[in-house]
Amino acid sequence: MTTTGTPVDNGVNTEALLGARDALTQTPEAGEFTWRANCSWVNGTFSKTTVDGFFGLGEEHNHKTPYSFDADHPACFASEDRGATPPEILLAALASCLTAGVAAVAQHRQIQLRSVTATVEGKMNVLGILGGDPDIRNGFNDVTVHFDIDADASRDDIQALVAQSQKRSAVYDMVTNPTRVAVEVG
Amino acid sequence: MSCRLAERSVPHVVLERGEVANSWRTERWESLRLLTPNWQSRLPGVSYHGDDPDGYMSMPDVVDFITTYASTIAAPVHTHTKVIRVGAHDRGYVVETDRGTWTCDSVVIASGGANVANLPAAAADVPSSIAQVTAMTYRSPDDLDDRAVLVVGASATGVQLADEIRRSGRSVTIAIGEHVRMPRTYRGHDVFWWMDRVGILDETHDEVDDLVRARHLPSPQLIGTPERRSIDLNALTDRGAEIVGRLTRIIDGVAQFSGSLANVAMLADLKMNRLLQTFDNWAEVTGLSDIGPPERFDATRVPGSARLVVDLAADDIGTIVWATGYRPDYSWLDVPVLDPKGRIRHVGGVTDSPGLYVTGLSVLRRRRSSFINGAEQDSLELSEHLHRYLGVRSIA
Repeated sequence: MTTTGTPVDNGVNTEALLGARDALTQTPEAGEFTWRANCSWVNGTFSKTTVDGFFGLGEEHNHKTPYSFDADHPACFASEDRGATPPEILLAALASCLTAGVAAVAQHRQIQLRSVTATVEGKMNVLGILGGDPDIRNGFNDVTVHFDIDADASRDDIQALVAQSQKRSAVYDMVTNPTRVAVEVG
Repeated sequence: MSCRLAERSVPHVVLERGEVANSWRTERWESLRLLTPNWQSRLPGVSYHGDDPDGYMSMPDVVDFITTYASTIAAPVHTHTKVIRVGAHDRGYVVETDRGTWTCDSVVIASGGANVANLPAAAADVPSSIAQVTAMTYRSPDDLDDRAVLVVGASATGVQLADEIRRSGRSVTIAIGEHVRMPRTYRGHDVFWWMDRVGILDETHDEVDDLVRARHLPSPQLIGTPERRSIDLNALTDRGAEIVGRLTRIIDGVAQFSGSLANVAMLADLKMNRLLQTFDNWAEVTGLSDIGPPERFDATRVPGSARLVVDLAADDIGTIVWATGYRPDYSWLDVPVLDPKGRIRHVGGVTDSPGLYVTGLSVLRRRRSSFINGAEQDSLELSEHLHRYLGVRSIA
């Protein structure tokens, strides 16, 4: 907990979030969101994915501007390394989701953050994706996230921030729990 | 509630589908004892006078306690009277039973929060070669075959059953989601002594920070035994049970578990330590002398190799025990007081249908409401409200 008289400001509007939670509890159907991404193959393993529109609170929305993500594979996969690998983009999603959660929880608990950095590692054996050994899975076997947090709080309070952030994280949930995926061809 | 209504000379009857203390007689496993110590088993006008105030009542003890209480206060109980429907009727209510119909000005729903065992969707995907029991149908390890057992859930129920089944010699795997860890005793006193003295149990429904969460918290990992031992995940691991994450689904005979085990264990450890710190702070402020030194317990050991998938056949799982909570059954309630999730909308037991009350639910009016002696204060306040309502109603 902070000991200074300065109001805690991590740039998170927790009043709005708590208000939204109360409102959505009354009208749960408004809480149904659909997120979308559109991916176009460019060449080789290089593709460009754009996100723009999404649905939520009963209507369509757009980001302020479309955002795009370049994905490719590095030279050791005989590719040209024109973007991050998809697993790296997943790690980025996990780290940024947990980090946003840390900021939001800290604001709610009146803890002033000074710096937050997360280092994420995912370990896999690529023999899986290369089809070289059916006993090796394609994806990560282990993902580790290391947080360094400088804040006006005890170590236990910081641990609790990070634990609560995991509890409320969409990407953490998707990485730790199975998700049904339907892939169709149009 | 009957005692309180009698104190106010409110004519009433108590309808009971079976015998007095029916669910304690018929829906509990054999070894179960109350989580709360004997001295805390108080009801209006009755407190514990036995020779084991720090012990925990067995189910026969509880049945005897409640049955004796019912006769002591001469409660007008109609046993073997099953309520089929409660509906609105002429500014009051109609109560249809299998032994006749009652009309009344007011109804107090005291059927509790644990009428039906909750089953996750995965229960529908369990191979037919595996027996399934719930915490309501389980009685003792003797009823299970000799194969391995998967216990799903780590509330008081889940850890108690995992412990008992493991002690019977069977292999046990326990799937763990969010849970509440507590030591049985702390600094020489029962954890309920601390919560009682510090005032935690008296925190009211409008003071609790997140009421929805508080009302749906799993029961703490406690067991009532003569040796007052603690029962946490480390104790289960030491006894040879395997801990895995929350069960997420079963596909083609393979159970999948969440990778969040380390985090739910961390959350529970941190919360336990905050609770113990609250006790320590209170002890220091009040200057208590008859207590031991502060204690801290080992962090929950989560193996880095905790399994994410278990092939149920390869593990020779013969039984799955669902310790995944209970929910109330309001199929007979024909008054529009349920929320979209089927729970009664109420403020401290007062519903928005005038004259309709509910009692005996988790954190109904205060944290103590979740336990037997919560009835002492809750019934006093609800009967006062009910009495006032009847008075206003008779004038209107």
